[in-house]
Amino acid sequence: MFALVPLIVLFPLAGVVVNALFGRQLGAIRSAWLAVTMAALAFIVGLIQLGGLLGNGGEAVIVPVATWLSVGDLHVDWAFQVDALSVTMMLVVTGVGTLIHVYAVGYMREDVVHNGDPARYTRFFIFLNLFLAMMLILVGADGYAMLFVGWEGVGLSSYLLIGFWFEKGENNIGNTRAGMKAFIVNRVGDLGLMIAMALLFWNFGSLTYREVFENIEHALADPAALAILAAVGVLFLVGAAGKSAQFPLFVWLPDAMAGPTPVSALIHAATMVTAGVYLIARSNPIYHATADAYGFSPSDLVAWTGALTALIAATIAVAQNDIKKVLAYSTISQLGFMVAAAGMGAYVAAIFHLVTHAFFKALLFLGSGSVIQAMERGMHAAEDGHHGHVDPQDMRAMGGLWNRLPITKWTYLVGALALAGLPPLAGFWSKDEILLDAAEHFPAIYAVLAFTAVLTAFYVGRQLVMVFSGEPRTSAAAHAEESPAVMTGPLVALAVLSVLGGVLNLPKFGEHDPATWVHGLRNFLATALPVEGHGLIEANVAFPSAAFAFLALMFAYFFYRNAYRSAHDQDPLEGLGGLYRALSKKWYLDDLYDFFIVRPYETMAQVIARGFDQGGIDLVANSLGDLAREIAVGFSGFQRGLVRAYALVMFLGVVALLAWFQLAGPR
Amino acid sequence: MLPGIPTYAYVGLSAVLFAMGVIGVLTRRNAITIFMSIELMLNSANLVFVAYARQYASMNGQVFVFFVMVVAAAEVAIGLALIVAIFRSKRSIDVDALRQLNG
Amino acid sequence: MTLEWILFFALAAIAVLSALGMLRSRNAVHAAMYLVANFAVVALFYLLLNAPFIAMVQVTVYAGAIMVLFVFVIMLLGAERLSDESQALPLQGYLAWTAGGIVALTLVLVVYQSITTGQAPLPTTAVPADFGSPAAIGQLMYGQATPENPLSYVLPFEVTSLLLLVGMIGAVVLTRDALTRGREKR
Repeated sequence: MFALVPLIVLFPLAGVVVNALFGRQLGAIRSAWLAVTMAALAFIVGLIQLGGLLGNGGEAVIVPVATWLSVGDLHVDWAFQVDALSVTMMLVVTGVGTLIHVYAVGYMREDVVHNGDPARYTRFFIFLNLFLAMMLILVGADGYAMLFVGWEGVGLSSYLLIGFWFEKGENNIGNTRAGMKAFIVNRVGDLGLMIAMALLFWNFGSLTYREVFENIEHALADPAALAILAAVGVLFLVGAAGKSAQFPLFVWLPDAMAGPTPVSALIHAATMVTAGVYLIARSNPIYHATADAYGFSPSDLVAWTGALTALIAATIAVAQNDIKKVLAYSTISQLGFMVAAAGMGAYVAAIFHLVTHAFFKALLFLGSGSVIQAMERGMHAAEDGHHGHVDPQDMRAMGGLWNRLPITKWTYLVGALALAGLPPLAGFWSKDEILLDAAEHFPAIYAVLAFTAVLTAFYVGRQLVMVFSGEPRTSAAAHAEESPAVMTGPLVALAVLSVLGGVLNLPKFGEHDPATWVHGLRNFLATALPVEGHGLIEANVAFPSAAFAFLALMFAYFFYRNAYRSAHDQDPLEGLGGLYRALSKKWYLDDLYDFFIVRPYETMAQVIARGFDQGGIDLVANSLGDLAREIAVGFSGFQRGLVRAYALVMFLGVVALLAWFQLAGPR
Repeated sequence: MLPGIPTYAYVGLSAVLFAMGVIGVLTRRNAITIFMSIELMLNSANLVFVAYARQYASMNGQVFVFFVMVVAAAEVAIGLALIVAIFRSKRSIDVDALRQLNG
Repeated sequence: MTLEWILFFALAAIAVLSALGMLRSRNAVHAAMYLVANFAVVALFYLLLNAPFIAMVQVTVYAGAIMVLFVFVIMLLGAERLSDESQALPLQGYLAWTAGGIVALTLVLVVYQSITTGQAPLPTTAVPADFGSPAAIGQLMYGQATPENPLSYVLPFEVTSLLLLVGMIGAVVLTRDALTRGREKR
């Protein structure tokens, strides 16, 4: 049954190929459901792998497929590694992925009408399946080489999907620019990853996990090798910072919200952005080996990067007015939690949070998509013409949707409370694990993360109040309509998962707790990741986090309840003046990048393109062409069409020959 | 029989006639007169053939002249047909008027 | 100066003068007449060279058929009325005359050299009585190959008759346009 694992990639790839070749014949509906079916089949394959692993005690299995490169000393195979970590990731990716595929069937139907190109419907599902295949290659890889293929592949899919409406956006190019930004910033991270891979190969002769990690044990005694490993650890962090949007490379993720909402949910919340966390978790032997070698080890760097990212992003989220941007920064913040956990050595906690975050963040994004489309339907229904035209994503234009969106409101509420970390929802348990580990070993990080958790609850509450409570502030909100079942179905499913997800890894409530199903995920992952800690719930951590989350929510409710009477009101936080401005401008990070990197680069590109390429090289090439043409024109003057001239020339030639024969030729 | 004229005399005469034929081809504008100059050239070549046939007492030269005449006749037929055809479309047999194949 | 030389030079003079006349005459029909005269003189030369058959053929075919054809076409196209200023092209005339002069001179030079170096044999007087007679030519052309004359010209003869056929068809095709088009219109 492990031999079936290549199918997990082949099913989505088949979806891509069939839809690409026969999409037009199949028609929009059938091709979309084909894509959904492929995702579901991949999920079933994942379940089969889970069954197999539970059967054989969690021992890792390598399933080779084909040889890829065999060049000199480099030998790389296409092979899948089926162990607890990869199967967990596979199930998350395919499970949440399938739900999002179903949602997208309904969402995109309205979206292509809204954007005016119904023919593009099938293309969306081709890209979505492509992404799925690539992500599964990434998590199923048996080594860094294949992981990198998936890494680049998801980057490509992300670019294609962010810029899906490539002719829309600011100045009719905004979406494309967002896609480019994502790709380019990712590339910076990829560079780190590539250098790390090169170092690993150079020093250990292989890129597969098994061989590299075996060789690490031998290298422990060698300081030079340790230095290389430390460098690798830092470079992996760089790669993760790019892909998982950590400071300072997170600037692409908010812009990526330009893509359709299912994309934001799948790629930029649940799966692709977790690839960095996965990378660090998977490479834990490297971090473990270098943990004690230096004063400030690479894993410490990872932990602090994650913590600071979490804090910075949470502060920015407080001041955003676009419903998706809030969720984007929230994602960055939660990713910071995961990265921090991985850096602290709490790999199980990081993966657990990854799983629960996938549930509730996907839920929140899909819910926001439902809200946005409800606003768009409201604009149509209101028939206010230009007067009623508002940005459907602007929270200031919403309000009072609680009474208009029966299913969306409950599911969104569940997701939001899970994000805020309210027990007994899933988010509480996973966040608590992280906080627990931080409190025990890294008190400074604990302080940062705890404060971030408070901010998280605050902006969550702010969003809930602005969107749902009060009176509708615009006619669009007043006429908003609920989404169809094909969209609300996945919302409900994800809400259930967000409620029950904590069950995956409940802590023990006492030393002698007889419940055998606690710590399910921890025990499962123990075969693949090092586990630490005692697994008991710690009241000193759990109670404050729950209490502060609750208080922050209440505070947000009262603070914002009456703040927005009309769509043009100011945020009460504007009273903070410069601080609020900095927050809403993302701490000017984008502006700094623009000023110091983007502008000089564009200027240089212009100079080279205009001056050197067009002025220099084109000039030479065109001159040569013109010269050839002039010569040809000159020569064509010989051919004037006069027969007698030709005859004369021929005869002169004969005369010359004759003279030569006579004077100097053979006798 | 008369002792005969040395062959070189005939060759010289033929050369002069040939040269005059060439000049005629190159300097005349009327297509038909050009053609006539070509006939003159052919004729001078025939003369050389016959002269040498006589010199070497071999009739092969004369047979060759015979064939040359046949070919010349065929050539004249076709050439004049061409001139007539051109005249039909251009109403002129001035070769300088036929200059479309230029550039 | 023996008799044959006088005869030769007289005939040669007529030949050259008539050729010159053909070159210089403005009227195409006049040029044709000059050429006929030239052909007639050349036929006489053939007679001098023991080629009676060829001489007859020359008169019959060249002067009789080809030149008649020329005159027909000249009349058909009204070419005798067409002006024929030689050389509208600059330099064409000078170059042509110069080149022609060079050719003539060169060939004469060849002759002269061959005389002075003693490589100019006189024609042998020993020719059979029927040399150049139709019977002999016929024998040569259609007869069996003999050791003295290993070539039989039957095949070239057939090929040239085919050539004439093709030429005839070609001439008909080339000149049938207006006629058939007129017919088709009706």
